[in-house]
Amino acid sequence: MRIYLNEQALDIEDGETLFSLRDRSKPDADILIRNGFPCDRDESLQPDDRVVLIRRGETPSADELEALLMARHTPGVHARIKQSCVGIAGVGGLGSAVAIALARVGVGRLVLADFDIVEPSNLNRQQYFVDQLGFPKVTALAENLRRINPYVEIEARHIRLTADNTATVFADVQVLVEAFDRPDQKAMLLESFRLHCPGRPVVAASGLAGFGPANTVLTRRAGRDFYLVGDGDSAAGPGEGLMAPRVGVAAHHQANAVLRLLLGEDPTGATPCN
Amino acid sequence: MQLIINGEPRQVDEGLTIAGLLGLMQLDTARVAVERNRDVVPREQFSSIELLEEDCLEIVQFVGGG
Repeated sequence: MRIYLNEQALDIEDGETLFSLRDRSKPDADILIRNGFPCDRDESLQPDDRVVLIRRGETPSADELEALLMARHTPGVHARIKQSCVGIAGVGGLGSAVAIALARVGVGRLVLADFDIVEPSNLNRQQYFVDQLGFPKVTALAENLRRINPYVEIEARHIRLTADNTATVFADVQVLVEAFDRPDQKAMLLESFRLHCPGRPVVAASGLAGFGPANTVLTRRAGRDFYLVGDGDSAAGPGEGLMAPRVGVAAHHQANAVLRLLLGEDPTGATPCN
Repeated sequence: MQLIINGEPRQVDEGLTIAGLLGLMQLDTARVAVERNRDVVPREQFSSIELLEEDCLEIVQFVGGG
């Protein structure tokens, strides 16, 4: 029967087990992952199983690395998201965290657009480092993403998005993440992308400032191909700043909504009514 | 006439425009996304589109933060 060892097809005898496979192909492996989940007991192997054998602390070859990075993904899921392209408009507190989550799950291509540079006041919630102060955010984020998963193709656009260039910048994306700060810019982006790219979903955010309960941050459907994350109400302003935990909650709602859309699932869990 | 706004019925006067409705709802035209009968309405048409009986509107007003 055929299985996949470190993403390479391999024909094995019936009756081969996880441990016997390890013993003959990588006896020093101490992490054994079968179909996306680590196993510490011997198990018989089934056709089309995906097995990854890892030696803890070992630096793998470049060929092996991608297979090892993806070892924890459910087989079939990775293949689909590897083919996908996602746009992120704004890479501040929301966008930088969404990008990292999507890079970690192995989205094939990310288009990042932002006009801003990294400033000290960003570091309370945005996914940058002190040694990146002064760099364009898209440049700094692309560097961070490559350190996490070098197999994600990144298009970093250091530009201000407008009603005129949004559709061009995001021409190839299947799903767009709205991750701006200013409400008028959020509205502009939504209008522009939805008019020019009908049928392609947008995942936006509104209402995530402060330290109110995380459980009031929701993902809801707000229109055709339009999903909205947040409590809808908590605006950033004097006395209600943007803080890493709640911004992170909202960003990961957005990233999860994107993942569900890429896998053909409704982000809210509802049965699609389109 | 009756409109359905974000799933809820609302009685308004005949001839009301989208801009007029947003005014009644005390919403800021620069910060909203409006969908009318499942079509996105461009901002520049807010003042010219007159609403019709049973129009179905989805209106979101964004707040700042990201």
